[in-house]
Amino acid sequence: MNITVAGNKKIYEEGITITKLIQVEDVENAEYVTVTLNDEFIERANFDQTKLTEGDVVEFLYFMGGGAY
Amino acid sequence: MLLLKQDDYNVMLKHCIEELPNEACGLIAGTIQGDTKTVKKVYLLTNLDASKEHFSMDPKEQLAAMKDARANDLVLLGNFHSHPESPSRPSEEDKRLAYDSSSEYLILSLMDRANPVLKAFHIDKDKAVSINEIKVI
Repeated sequence: MNITVAGNKKIYEEGITITKLIQVEDVENAEYVTVTLNDEFIERANFDQTKLTEGDVVEFLYFMGGGAY
Repeated sequence: MLLLKQDDYNVMLKHCIEELPNEACGLIAGTIQGDTKTVKKVYLLTNLDASKEHFSMDPKEQLAAMKDARANDLVLLGNFHSHPESPSRPSEEDKRLAYDSSSEYLILSLMDRANPVLKAFHIDKDKAVSINEIKVI
């Protein structure tokens, strides 16, 4: 099954979930990563049950923020 | 080393001044050759916090910038934000919220309005901070 992850098209097992994809891709600080699937932001609570399908496009984004003190 | 064109620096500075008294933020994209990162494009993002002491980038704008960078064969090198009233150094909150150890974290201090100070930092997984030299070209 072909999925484009962070701009790179790769082959993954059928029915892979976002949670499993994060593990396979060894995403750094995965607990703070935001995921988009075909440009839609996916709630973290839905990572486990969101299965990817052929041709999906996934992006990982880190929350970017901070403060002065 | 981080190479930054004078024009791009001016764009960042203008954005940070225009957003005063609040913090401003954005992303930088470019190319990497060995230890040298060259900024080719600056993205000005919205600080959703609209605060003079905090910033949070708009994830939708972040995604759009990421896709634009990729479409232009660039990689996201890191981000920048301003410190309107404090020095150019990562605050405890900056360090706590730095989740990408490969990223450049640029901080533009406007504490002395007449003498803005821009520095680039790396923040590793253990939250240790190191400075990366910026050369404005």
